[in-house]
Amino acid sequence: MLTPEDRVKLARHNDRPGITDYLGALFTDFFQQRGDRHCGEDESILGGIARFHDQPVTVLGHRKGKTLEENVACRFGMPNPEGYRKAIRILEQAEKFRRPVITFIDTPGAYPGKEAEMRGQGDAIARCMACMSGLTVPVIAVVTGEGGSGGALALGVANRVLMLENAVYSVLSPEGFASILWKDPGRSAEAAAVMKLTAQDLYKGGVIQEILPEPEGGAHTDYAAVFRVVDEALQRNLTLLSKQSPRALAESCYKMFRAMGNGGKEQS
Amino acid sequence: MTQLFRQRRDRILAYQAMRQGRALSLQQLCCEGCGQESPAMQWNEGLMVCPKCGHHMPLGAYSRLHQLLDAGSFRELDGDLVGRDPLEFPGYPEKLAALREKTGLKESVVTAYGTLRGYGAVFAVLDSSFLMGSMGWAVGEKVTRAVEYAGRHRLPLIIFSASGGARMQEGIYSLMQMAKTTAAITRFQQNGGLYISCLTHPTTGGVTASFASLGDVMLAEPGALIGFAGPRVIEQTIGEKLPEGFQRSEALLENGFLDKIVNRSQWPEVLAQLLALHKGGKSC
Repeated sequence: MLTPEDRVKLARHNDRPGITDYLGALFTDFFQQRGDRHCGEDESILGGIARFHDQPVTVLGHRKGKTLEENVACRFGMPNPEGYRKAIRILEQAEKFRRPVITFIDTPGAYPGKEAEMRGQGDAIARCMACMSGLTVPVIAVVTGEGGSGGALALGVANRVLMLENAVYSVLSPEGFASILWKDPGRSAEAAAVMKLTAQDLYKGGVIQEILPEPEGGAHTDYAAVFRVVDEALQRNLTLLSKQSPRALAESCYKMFRAMGNGGKEQS
Repeated sequence: MTQLFRQRRDRILAYQAMRQGRALSLQQLCCEGCGQESPAMQWNEGLMVCPKCGHHMPLGAYSRLHQLLDAGSFRELDGDLVGRDPLEFPGYPEKLAALREKTGLKESVVTAYGTLRGYGAVFAVLDSSFLMGSMGWAVGEKVTRAVEYAGRHRLPLIIFSASGGARMQEGIYSLMQMAKTTAAITRFQQNGGLYISCLTHPTTGGVTASFASLGDVMLAEPGALIGFAGPRVIEQTIGEKLPEGFQRSEALLENGFLDKIVNRSQWPEVLAQLLALHKGGKSC
């Protein structure tokens, strides 16, 4: 039985499949869309149009990079505001051209940099969520690795949120959590244990709708098996969502997030 | 009869505001801006602005509403709603109970209907004295209910933010309040609702990255720290010291994220002007 901390390590594993792997294996005809049309291009968010089983869809997600050079260019998957503003642009086009949206979430969080702040990191994340919440096309989010903080949620306001078995999704990294609450980042294992950040906990709490099983040992041990599972889940959910009217899609997304956290016990 | 209720509402709000400022009435108050002491009475009629340097100290939610609302118009919404403990985090319920006792607040936001110079509006005011104004389920729920109330009654929405961000003790459920409040505001705005966002010191993290940044009009008090990441985290990441005034209202105005910086005593006037320009902000 894996501990939450084990899963945090698996979720961050260097060889874990990322958005470029899914794009290569599950999609064809990928046309990459670059730039936010205001300030620049951010490689830590990858997005564009592709075919999924022949159907044109919009694909969007965090990119950590595979080589050290790519890691640095992508700031290890931590977007700047330009990344989120590019995402908004791509999402608006998905809405305009009635393309379903599939997002892949894998980030430690938005980049806490000086320029990022000056260019409005908070504004960019808020507007990206606002944009997603207003979409009337089917939106599926897959948490594939680390779902860290607002930087992850910015791409996570979806009709269906799926999550790989060993992925994690949390308000902050366990290290950050331990550092804020206990002034001791060394207590991250303990933090991981109380944070309810595993797919199993989040499924129980209604934060995600489906757990996608991974091969024994983690997603990096058998790419083909992971691709099969993700492909099947995306197809099935897309078929299901495509039967709903645009209005019903927006309404169900609103209701789902409206109810987040309602399950907890009231304290008085 | 109506008069009786009005008087009662006034008394409640005045009492709550007084209770929040109760420790301050007689003692000397030291300004965090200039470091000088002045008698609490002199602090700009209870608005907590330093009489010597003009520095804006944190202001309690009820005191703020007391400043903004017309006499007798205060009607608190969801005043009894309290926080939940979804992670069953050790010591959290006790901490909430102790804070309720100490601050006179039920949670870190107060929401209300009231009139400002005759214009009806829905208000949500965050209070940094309650767990740094952090957003857990209760804050997300009260803000969302206030937005939906404003939507149903075709009223303008005015939110005063002051928050350290997401409430860690509620984990992912506090994060999800960002999406919840954002979706509510988006819907409200799509239906023609006017939302005026007023940022006060400090507005950071998940509150900045959700409802606080989405105002049709963006205003802030002078000198307020406004940002997503905290200055300490940024300094650790980039390995250098941040310049003076970084992430302060004045810098945000220069970078294009604010319409105007408003001195605390000017709020009623500026908000009334905006409500008048929007014909009362009633969406149709």
